[in-house]
Amino acid sequence: MVDKASIVLASGTVDKLMAGSIIVSGAVANEMEVNVFVTFWALMEMRKNAGENTKLGVEGKGMEKQLFSIMKEKKVPSWKDTLKQAMEVGDVHVYGCAMFADLMGIGKDDLDPMIEEVIGVSQFVDMAKDSKMTLFI
Amino acid sequence: MAEEIKPDKIVDARGSFCPGPLMEMIKAYKQAKIGDVISVYSTDSGTKKDAAAWINKSGNQLIGVFDKNGYYEIEMKKVK
Repeated sequence: MVDKASIVLASGTVDKLMAGSIIVSGAVANEMEVNVFVTFWALMEMRKNAGENTKLGVEGKGMEKQLFSIMKEKKVPSWKDTLKQAMEVGDVHVYGCAMFADLMGIGKDDLDPMIEEVIGVSQFVDMAKDSKMTLFI
Repeated sequence: MAEEIKPDKIVDARGSFCPGPLMEMIKAYKQAKIGDVISVYSTDSGTKKDAAAWINKSGNQLIGVFDKNGYYEIEMKKVK
């Protein structure tokens, strides 16, 4: 049986989302099956009409302009592209959180096609309970 | 130092950031046939270690990591 990784993406700032998508790639490289549960501010960023994300967490406050211009200059792929690439290479499933989607009136059609399905927490925990690695980002 | 072999496939991932080169190498590996030699060009220093570790761990053959003056070439042979 393959090892499983379960990752919750909750934060919607680029630093966290990028770290998350890179770790998903690392799990794919280690031949793990990865299930990602996207909720709260990360789910807001998964909306089709979310626009360009230029937010950083508290520690990065004031650094936005500098960091994003370096990233553009060095052609660093966006967190979404990194996640997409991981999905092409490995066994990665990305789910939206039904609770937060309901709360904000977000339907599956409003979300990036990377989101395979909108599911409840219990279904995700069922996938996660026998994981080798669980992360909340 | 191992000798370089003429590759069947070159993955030019220069300028691509972690984990780009590694992911492109795995993608090329999945499309390759047994016995194929794959070369990955990378400017990302982490890839040098990550890619070599992946090749060994996956049971394939690491032919060598070659310093190419400004970038690295990681060469592998698909054996499984």
